[in-house]
Amino acid sequence: MDIQINKVEQTFIVSASGKIDAMTSPSYEASIAGQIEAGSLSLVLDLGGVDYISSAGLRVILAAAKSLKNRGGSLLLANARGPVKEVFDISGFGSVFKIFDSVDAAVSTASR
Amino acid sequence: MNTAHSNISLPATLDNMAAAVAFAESRAGEAGVVAAKLPGLCLAVEEAFINICTHGFPDGQGRVELGWFTGSGSFVLEIADSGPEFDLLSVPEPDLSTEIEDREIGGLGVHFIRKFTDQADWRRENGKNILRLTVHLGQRRSHPQTAQSHD
Repeated sequence: MDIQINKVEQTFIVSASGKIDAMTSPSYEASIAGQIEAGSLSLVLDLGGVDYISSAGLRVILAAAKSLKNRGGSLLLANARGPVKEVFDISGFGSVFKIFDSVDAAVSTASR
Repeated sequence: MNTAHSNISLPATLDNMAAAVAFAESRAGEAGVVAAKLPGLCLAVEEAFINICTHGFPDGQGRVELGWFTGSGSFVLEIADSGPEFDLLSVPEPDLSTEIEDREIGGLGVHFIRKFTDQADWRRENGKNILRLTVHLGQRRSHPQTAQSHD
């Protein structure tokens, strides 16, 4: 798994690629937690390059969403595709989280 | 008629999870499971393997055995461990309807095992937990797609 972080206005975009599984989720979690601890209240997780996610990855996303919500911030997801989208749908996360079709759409919603 | 095939035995530690998943994926592909079903099977195997590592052998001192066979139009994977008796499938279904604040992650791994296989069964045999995952062969999704050949 590789991670890139970009910033658009006040929103940080965490773009992961590869697998988010039990082995890689700790580094994914550390990247996200780093942004939250640095004071970011608006995060977009770009899943466009992710081809596999397990419950370990969902645990990270859920923890981040709770943490941001407690701080008055928000977490938005973008670009869940194929097997990743299926995992979100089957987990019920698809109805808990807003999943945008593009990072731009997520960022513009986050910036409102 | 079922034909048993090669097994592998791996230490029950997280860093062996990828080897367990790769074993399942390659054997399932060779056995004729369509490509579209492989990610779901991989996910089920990861969740089962991780569960054994974290709950069955928290000290890391155990092994996980994987074996497989085909029969009745299905690929069958068995995941065995000699940890304490535990029926993973007895874990209740998670509540998928709650909001973020109340949402718990527990039970989601088992939920995936149920949803991404065609059948899941557990038994205790000779001091081992045996989780059997069954995936039907050759069943394509309703929409046409370019399934890969495994010749």
